[in-house]
Amino acid sequence: MQDMTEQETMLEVAIWRGGADGRFVTYEVPLRANQTVLDVVTEVQRRHEPALAYRFACRVGVCGSCAMTVNGAPKWTCRTHVKQVAATGKITIEPLRNLPRIKDLATDMTGFFEKWDRAGGRFRGSATRHDEPARVDPASRQRQYADAGIECINCAVCYAACEVVAWDDAYYGPAALNRAWTLVNDERHAATKQTLADASDRGGCGNCHSQGSCVRHCPIGLNPTRSIAGLKRMSLLQFVGMGR
Amino acid sequence: MMARSGNHPSYWAFLGHRLSGLALAVFLPVHFLFLGLALDGAAAMDAALAFTDQPLVKVAEWGLVMLLALHFFFGLRVLALEFLPWRDGSGLRASWIVYGAGGALAIGAVFLFGVF
Repeated sequence: MQDMTEQETMLEVAIWRGGADGRFVTYEVPLRANQTVLDVVTEVQRRHEPALAYRFACRVGVCGSCAMTVNGAPKWTCRTHVKQVAATGKITIEPLRNLPRIKDLATDMTGFFEKWDRAGGRFRGSATRHDEPARVDPASRQRQYADAGIECINCAVCYAACEVVAWDDAYYGPAALNRAWTLVNDERHAATKQTLADASDRGGCGNCHSQGSCVRHCPIGLNPTRSIAGLKRMSLLQFVGMGR
Repeated sequence: MMARSGNHPSYWAFLGHRLSGLALAVFLPVHFLFLGLALDGAAAMDAALAFTDQPLVKVAEWGLVMLLALHFFFGLRVLALEFLPWRDGSGLRASWIVYGAGGALAIGAVFLFGVF
């Protein structure tokens, strides 16, 4: 048994400890056949560092709470296998970029959700519970636009990937604007003009440089750049008096 | 160091567009200064034109032509991304980056053949 332990291949994991002025601490965990980065973080917490702070809930890519920066790129740790990222036998795990660090791998997401709100993300209906459910044609162009972005679960991977968010604190970021785009294309939404005005405001769609880092990193393959381009077009048409 | 999240062709195209734009903006006052010399008479303008005939200045002009071409092609891509409909598969129009960079190189080559 002792021999087997000695033959285990070890993985070197550098994990961010502390808040903004923290540092990397390196741990060693056994490399396993089927192992996600979240498994590694959990193993470090259970066996080496009980005080390690990190977030997760579902472990299967549904909740979006375990996103971290793995080897410099934002990822869902529950859906990132170690073998995909540890070619050199080492991985670096940090909190998501562009968000204040609370402790270790946990970030403060308050600002992210406030921007989601400021960009016009809240649905406002006009119907009551006594009305018939709205009949929405799934083949209509508007509904297809909305459907293309609707699966976002606000994991903030795109927000962490975006260089414009890194430069400009005021920028709402890809997730918030993608949400606004799904709302302005939702025919049940009663405040389309207000949402478009909010999404075109100072921190809004005009700040996007179409760099596409959000598209590249979205774990479920959404295209926020496309959504933001749609908002830009709609905002321009509104400005020249041709808006709907 | 460039962040890993920004290490992809679409981001490089953004950098190319932004840096070429800044470089051209820095060059513009020099360009206007040269053109303004014509107001001082033919002699001043001729002296300036003689200066631009030097090989090193021609190489610098080639750089400007490349910057202008790159800025033009990458700018067209941004306009396409933001104003044309996104069909399935059109994505971030990565092929336009390759065509744009190729087009800029071709224009640069034509300029070099013209002057040397």
